Amino acid sequence: MEDVRFEEGLKSCMNCGVCTAVCPAAEFYNYDPRQIVTIVQTRDEAEIERLLRSDTIWYCGECMSCRPRCPRGNTPAYVIQALRTLSQRTGLFVESEKGRQQLALKRTIGDNILRTGYCIVPRSVRPDLHPEQGPIWQWIVDNDTELYARFSDVYGKEGAGALRRVDDKTMDEIHRIFEVSGGKAFYDNIEKHSERKAREMGYDGADEEYMMATYTTNSDNHYEI
Amino acid sequence: MRRTSWQEYQKDIADDKYYYARSCIRQNFFPGSEKAFLDIMHNDLGIDIFDDPLHTSCTGIGYHSDIVPLETIMTVVARQFSLMADAGYEHFISSCITSFGIYNEILSTWEEFPETEERTRRYLKEATGRELVKPRSIAHTSDIMFHHRHAIARKAKRQLRNAFTGEPLRVVEHIGCHYAKIFPKSGIGGSEFPYVLAGMIEAWGGEVVDYPERRHCCGFGFRNYLVQANRGYSIANSHKKLESMAPYRPDFIVANCPGCAMFLDKWQYAIAEMEGTVYGADGHGIPVLTYEEMAGLVLGYDPWELGMQMHQVDVEPLLDKMGIEYDREAKYLGKNGKYIGKPDIAAVNCEEARSIYEIKR
Ligand code: SF4
Ligand code: SF4
Ligand code: SF4
Repeated sequence: MEDVRFEEGLKSCMNCGVCTAVCPAAEFYNYDPRQIVTIVQTRDEAEIERLLRSDTIWYCGECMSCRPRCPRGNTPAYVIQALRTLSQRTGLFVESEKGRQQLALKRTIGDNILRTGYCIVPRSVRPDLHPEQGPIWQWIVDNDTELYARFSDVYGKEGAGALRRVDDKTMDEIHRIFEVSGGKAFYDNIEKHSERKAREMGYDGADEEYMMATYTTNSDNHYEI
Repeated sequence: MRRTSWQEYQKDIADDKYYYARSCIRQNFFPGSEKAFLDIMHNDLGIDIFDDPLHTSCTGIGYHSDIVPLETIMTVVARQFSLMADAGYEHFISSCITSFGIYNEILSTWEEFPETEERTRRYLKEATGRELVKPRSIAHTSDIMFHHRHAIARKAKRQLRNAFTGEPLRVVEHIGCHYAKIFPKSGIGGSEFPYVLAGMIEAWGGEVVDYPERRHCCGFGFRNYLVQANRGYSIANSHKKLESMAPYRPDFIVANCPGCAMFLDKWQYAIAEMEGTVYGADGHGIPVLTYEEMAGLVLGYDPWELGMQMHQVDVEPLLDKMGIEYDREAKYLGKNGKYIGKPDIAAVNCEEARSIYEIKR
């Protein structure tokens, strides 16, 4: 528990519930940030471990609406971020449906960063996985080179401008940063525990099928109290 | 009573010589806005702004999806700062609310926990050979636009007014959670009375519409949008905002954050397709603009050069209201004027769409 976000995020909670009152996740999920802060404050290890295995810590949207409102200057979201990190380091994230989704996030956003230098690029937002992006997005993806060229001379090429290709030396630096600072090991750890869990659940390992299952499964029992 | 509370939260913004950091989200969904921002700064205002080909994503979406550890994003951010120093700049501006929040959070964590800064310096040196040099100031690109809003007003070709009645346009602004909820003092107006967009709207002749859920999140929620199974959270939050603003009949929405602009636009489409509800007063969607597009229209830029054809909700009713002359068909042209075909029509668009629903207009 040496994450600075535990220290910065939790001074002393008086259980007022203001964070829960403004929380958009509390409105749509059976979720109460006040309760999480209370558990962490008690330092009850069994209870904390239960949190690390649960769906509960994965509901937060990290909007930070709770931060400016807490009368004690806590940031429940920082506590949650620190718990999520811990849940992944200990491998307990695979024990919950929402936690298992970390694999899908790693394989999309995470791998995009190491492949392209960006969190997303147009072709990574696949219309079949994003029906909510509407016909306009299909049109953009179908005509990307024509359309983006109206706004950038370097779409997919090196140079300065929107959607430029990140040069190889820069990509090397990003890869080195991920290695040296532990980002790469963090990714590998997500893969390792997902592989284990996937086999336990009867998949042939953490393959595309398992990944898509984490991406689409919603047991629909996240709302009732 | 007019609120002036925003004035208690003023911050120093440099006048010139900015180092510009792009946003993955903005360049994907609003590449015309990024171009417009740079053009307005360079061409209209004569400001020195450096668009560095060497910087990368800040990895912010990864950090807030909890797959990129704190130590890693700190080192990526340190690299961006060191590139800024190499280029001879000291005022860092970012075009993304998520990353603006991150730069502020990291600088503050380094202050409060100096060992994290030391560790980052070590990692950066070891990984890249670079030295961390901290910026003199951090601002969001909308802070810069706000800072120069009167200069823009002086060059305005049009006002945010109804060209036929002369009435100010009614504008809903959305500043994005991470702009001021993380560090209220780093946003103009703080988290309670953010003034960054309202200041532009007022300076350019429009009227800001207050409504109950004005400060509610757009619903991005990172993993709550990025993972398909969780998107109910995202649309439910946008739905809550749209329901709350619709009775005030806004002429358009303007957003600070490229993500928010995209969600408020696309979720209107999804809500219309799912349950037949549209929120615009004219029976279509409510157009959602970036602040660069808003500034561009005021300065007389062509809407298609601003990239407004990339919105799902049509902007034409707004353009017509403002009395803007534009070529309707040029909307569907690619580079060098090549016709690229039209997107399929949806319920939020202006042309008649086929829908299984009776659209409630
Ligand atoms: S708002 Fe602060 S003090 Fe109140 S319950 Fe939440 S964390 Fe505790
Ligand atoms: S950051 Fe998380 S806990 Fe805090 S208000 Fe937002 S969703 Fe709720
Ligand atoms: S936070 Fe913004 S700039 Fe940073 S990686 Fe994400 S979209 Fe890109």
